[in-house]
Amino acid sequence: MDEIAIHVSEAYKVFHKQSRFPWNRKNGHGEKKRVVAVDSISFDVSKGEIFGVLGPNGSGKSTLVRLIATLLLPDSGAVAVFGHDVVHDRIAVQRLINRVSVEASFFKKLSPMENLIFGARLYGLSAQQARVLILEILTRLGLERSTISKPVEEMSRGMQQKVAIARALLTRPAVLLMDEPTTGLDPRSKREVQALVRELRDQDETTILLTTHDMVEAEMLCDRIAIMDAGKVVALDTPEKLCAMVPSHNGHSPTLEDVFLELTGKKLIEEDDVE
Amino acid sequence: MISTTTRQLRASYAFVERNAHLVKRYWSWELVWLAYSIANSLSVSYIGLGMEQISGQEIDGRYLVLYLVVGTLVWRYLSLIFYWITDVIGLERWEGTIEYTLMTPIHRLTHMAGQTAFAVAYSLLFTAIILAVTVKLFQIDLTNANLFGVTLVMLSGSLSFIGIGIVGSILPLLFPERGAQMTHVIIALLLLVSGVYYPVAVLPPTLRKLSVFSPATYVLDGTRKALLDGVPTAQLWSFIWPTLVAGAIAIPIGLWVFGLAERYAKRTGKLHRNG
Repeated sequence: MDEIAIHVSEAYKVFHKQSRFPWNRKNGHGEKKRVVAVDSISFDVSKGEIFGVLGPNGSGKSTLVRLIATLLLPDSGAVAVFGHDVVHDRIAVQRLINRVSVEASFFKKLSPMENLIFGARLYGLSAQQARVLILEILTRLGLERSTISKPVEEMSRGMQQKVAIARALLTRPAVLLMDEPTTGLDPRSKREVQALVRELRDQDETTILLTTHDMVEAEMLCDRIAIMDAGKVVALDTPEKLCAMVPSHNGHSPTLEDVFLELTGKKLIEEDDVE
Repeated sequence: MISTTTRQLRASYAFVERNAHLVKRYWSWELVWLAYSIANSLSVSYIGLGMEQISGQEIDGRYLVLYLVVGTLVWRYLSLIFYWITDVIGLERWEGTIEYTLMTPIHRLTHMAGQTAFAVAYSLLFTAIILAVTVKLFQIDLTNANLFGVTLVMLSGSLSFIGIGIVGSILPLLFPERGAQMTHVIIALLLLVSGVYYPVAVLPPTLRKLSVFSPATYVLDGTRKALLDGVPTAQLWSFIWPTLVAGAIAIPIGLWVFGLAERYAKRTGKLHRNG
């Protein structure tokens, strides 16, 4: 039996939003508007699996990632990484995971080297160990050595995202949470990141949870895909089986976009995130 | 396999090194801040020399200058410590790195210890530069001053301000938009009741009662005794022990309150909103 890397059981997360002005509040009595971001979701991800989470903005993908990353506490249900509960065994979970999000998020005046050494030290690495690994990873990601000591703010978005990926790889995580890592990247950088995701799984047996809007990317990379809508998982299977759920029209094989449309009646449109 | 202690020590040092890099990169701002602080200290201290002319009475202006110099220096030192510690969250909110730092496998004590070590070192150096300029300009004679006693009183006073700073740092955590500005209220209240520029005896009875609970009151009194009157170290104990007690109470309370605030922020989703 495969080892379970991520276990999510009936996870539920609601946010309460209150308007600044009483007359804008839903019922005028100061009650907060409830937004259910993750609605009783359950699934398991096996060790070494690339697990995709597809859904439009506001579907609860990022909230799900934050629950696994110990950045949010579930209101009910349980989330565990290699058997460690994210609420009660926070540090054990944090040693096993790392995250790449859509925003690169660095100390912008510092260089990639300074930012990455800071990150590495927080995971217990010495500066000496970190320097060797940083050069190795950044070279593997195709980043020129000359850029390593320049401030991050002088780098392009694509280069910053590569440094963000390097920050995550530096700690050799058993579980890598990738929240829309290729959004906003040029096609070449996108392909490089996708190749790296495959390489990580094949060489290091890293478990990867990848959220994306990109259907082609999901179909190409993921072993299984969960389709989310309004905080719920509406379908979960391999890309092939998901596509088989929808009848073909005019001789065209259905795509994941067709599956999403069929299951939710919506397109993968851009909206503001609920989280 | 490295021990947990080594891991946590490396993590603590990460904050010292990162802050040092930030100071280096923002060196021009540091110079501006230093110039502002020196001008501020000097302008307050000149009130001492001006008092004779303002009041039209014979006053020991030199003593008054020294009295005010001590006030400005001690206050600069304690408030610098306070602001560096409250910046533990404010800085990361500004840069957008807060989620990455709070998902690393470190204890909050480790986190605060690193920030505190840097805060004390930076504040001592910064204050020493202002002291050197002030001594030179006002031709202050420190031959009879008990400089060892001064350092001892200031270091023991740091402990309580570390605790107050940790409590203050929850404001940017809980109020992403205006939390950093709210910390000024704490420092303004301490400034009012601690006798920085006047003896607490001139305060109305209610405020005088509050001054007993401000550790800055003891630091200022102790420093004035050691610097102006050259009181020997043994006689400074009555100013040192209250600050040690305040620190022993404020630091654990600060860490506990911070833990509660962090849980609240993770429950309500306040971590990822950049202010």
